[in-house]
Amino acid sequence: MFESKSGILLVAGLAFFGFAFLSNAAVPYLMYRNIPEQTAEELVNGNVRFQFEDLSRRYPESFVKAYGEPPADPETGADWWNQKVADSLREGRDIYVGEGCWHCHSQFVRPVSNEETRWGPVSASWEYQNELQRPVLFGTRRIGPDLSREGGRRSNDWHAVHLFKPSMTSTTSPMPEYPWLFDGDPSQPNRRGLALITYVQWLGSWLESYPDYENYEPAPFEKPAESVETRDE
Amino acid sequence: MTDEALQSDEALSTPATHATLVDEKIVLAYFIAALTFISISMLGGFLMAAQLLRHNPLNGIEIFSPGRWRMLHTNAIAYGFLANGFLGLLHWVIPRLTLRPVLDRRLSWLIFAAWQIVVLATAVGILLGQAQGLEWGETPTWIDPLAQLGLLLVAINFMTPIIQVKGPMYVTLWYFLAAFVWTFLTYAMGNFVPEYFVSGTAAGAVGGLFIHDLVGLFVTPLGWGLMYYFVPILLKKPIWSHGLSLVGFWGLAFFYPLNGIHHFLYTPIPMFLQYGAIISTIAVELVVTTVVINFFGTIWGRGREVVTNLPIRYFYTGMVFYFLTCLQCAMQTTLTFQALIHFTDWVVGHAHLVMFGVFSMWIFGMMTYLIPLILKRDWYSRKLCEYHYWLSAVGLAVMAADLILGGLFQGWSWSSLQPWDHSVDVSFPFWMIRIWAGLSMFGGLVVFLYNFYMTWRSEPEPAFEVVAVPA
Repeated sequence: MFESKSGILLVAGLAFFGFAFLSNAAVPYLMYRNIPEQTAEELVNGNVRFQFEDLSRRYPESFVKAYGEPPADPETGADWWNQKVADSLREGRDIYVGEGCWHCHSQFVRPVSNEETRWGPVSASWEYQNELQRPVLFGTRRIGPDLSREGGRRSNDWHAVHLFKPSMTSTTSPMPEYPWLFDGDPSQPNRRGLALITYVQWLGSWLESYPDYENYEPAPFEKPAESVETRDE
Repeated sequence: MTDEALQSDEALSTPATHATLVDEKIVLAYFIAALTFISISMLGGFLMAAQLLRHNPLNGIEIFSPGRWRMLHTNAIAYGFLANGFLGLLHWVIPRLTLRPVLDRRLSWLIFAAWQIVVLATAVGILLGQAQGLEWGETPTWIDPLAQLGLLLVAINFMTPIIQVKGPMYVTLWYFLAAFVWTFLTYAMGNFVPEYFVSGTAAGAVGGLFIHDLVGLFVTPLGWGLMYYFVPILLKKPIWSHGLSLVGFWGLAFFYPLNGIHHFLYTPIPMFLQYGAIISTIAVELVVTTVVINFFGTIWGRGREVVTNLPIRYFYTGMVFYFLTCLQCAMQTTLTFQALIHFTDWVVGHAHLVMFGVFSMWIFGMMTYLIPLILKRDWYSRKLCEYHYWLSAVGLAVMAADLILGGLFQGWSWSSLQPWDHSVDVSFPFWMIRIWAGLSMFGGLVVFLYNFYMTWRSEPEPAFEVVAVPA
């Protein structure tokens, strides 16, 4: 068996590969199958919606060019806004992947190395159970900081300037410039720029500790049962 | 078991047989493609290294974005350099070892063309910002089916002669046979499962398995299979222990794929799975030791070959790096090390140590051996071959040591809660040394390309003997 073709093809080639797939991929899948996978529409929350509407006020011309005129009545236009946020999240995530942001920024706070003190709550499984994590963006290297608790931490203006020319906000940053996300200057983000800013502002927006994650102290009274952070893994 | 390896040498003594078996043109074509892509890849690495030093001359140009070129860098190495280099070498080794030609030469050229299209399309797709969010699988999703088909054809084309072999097979063929099955399955698993079937943490587990299997079940078995073929031929003596080569193969087959999750330790992936991956990673180190012992047993008593025989020196340098990289792996996979070094340049150093220090060095060694045989003339300059070796080996050793050390400082900077800028400042000297080490490696490649070109232009020597190995 150890030197025969069938042994190598069937045992080493298929069986061992299958065993590894079972233990390293199928088991985690089965363990998490009860956490529903959320769509981008389900991921829209008040925090990211606020940031998105803020974009429309800060960059009205760019915003209208990218998304069209927002409905006059904010009450009846809620669906329009939510849909645009969901679209931007999808598009922003594609840009985040395509530009390779995830090769220098992780999205994963570890329970070691004082990361909780630096960034906030340790990442949990349910946070990744959504369509924007296909494939998951844990990251592989941190040249810049982790971004999974970045939403709301800084203003939209900061992000625009930072993406346009990082050294304007962080003098020693080795991050590349992304002028193609803008029409000429940082006050005019184009559709891609707006989408990427929306996506980054969304990261962490689902947490109760948003936006001051690492300094957050839970209220002294008992949390409501449906609170997001107490959801089972 | 090396009888068959020797048999294939006899095949060469009757040139007609060798000519019917091996399509030398395709071997050469693959080598040229491989060298083209490693040149592009190294330029991409240089661009990213320059960006980190804040001296990127092409800053702000979309098509030259270092973020995109960083993906091109790794993909061009995996699919452009290693895959092309290996495919060329397989076209030499498999027919000679099985004494049977590949299934169809026209199919071989079709695969060659298709594979270059896959690699070029991957490069263009990544540069246009269409990458897939899977490390080492950034190939845009629309290319994945074509690549998958290409791998299937590769397997059919090469497995046909292997399957026809009667009786026991030589160890090289075990590795190749398994590698064709594994590569096909690995590519399918990594590129389709986390994209279309699972999401979130489970997708992370699949992604880790994919990165790991790509190294362990595609690159490693092909690399070691080639070593089991070329080392006995160049030393003109059989492999030291058949038993150990069995241990090496089956140990790799069982333990290597179980390591996947060790890429994502401390993630929300269940802890018992992380422990399992850690233990099998340490087991791999023990298996690797048996393989390395086997090869050092083979050269025992003939150690001077390392000085006089350049391909052998490439091979054994790679093996030393391989042992070091696996030793490093057995340490860094522990949770103690992970807490400090995960997400740092330590891992980048590790990746360069294995991809360049081991497999690229092996491919360079095999090219150094085969190019004169194919072109029927000696190297234009053996001295330049030496330069290629030393610039590559020293450059890589400096780069790996530098990044591994730099990673420790980054990890300490983070855990001591210094402002983030501090970890960048502390990295600067290391990044500075890294770019010079990279330039040394690139310089070695340029020397090799020049030497190749000048050899190509020189006159063939009809009486050029196979025995003549560049010293």
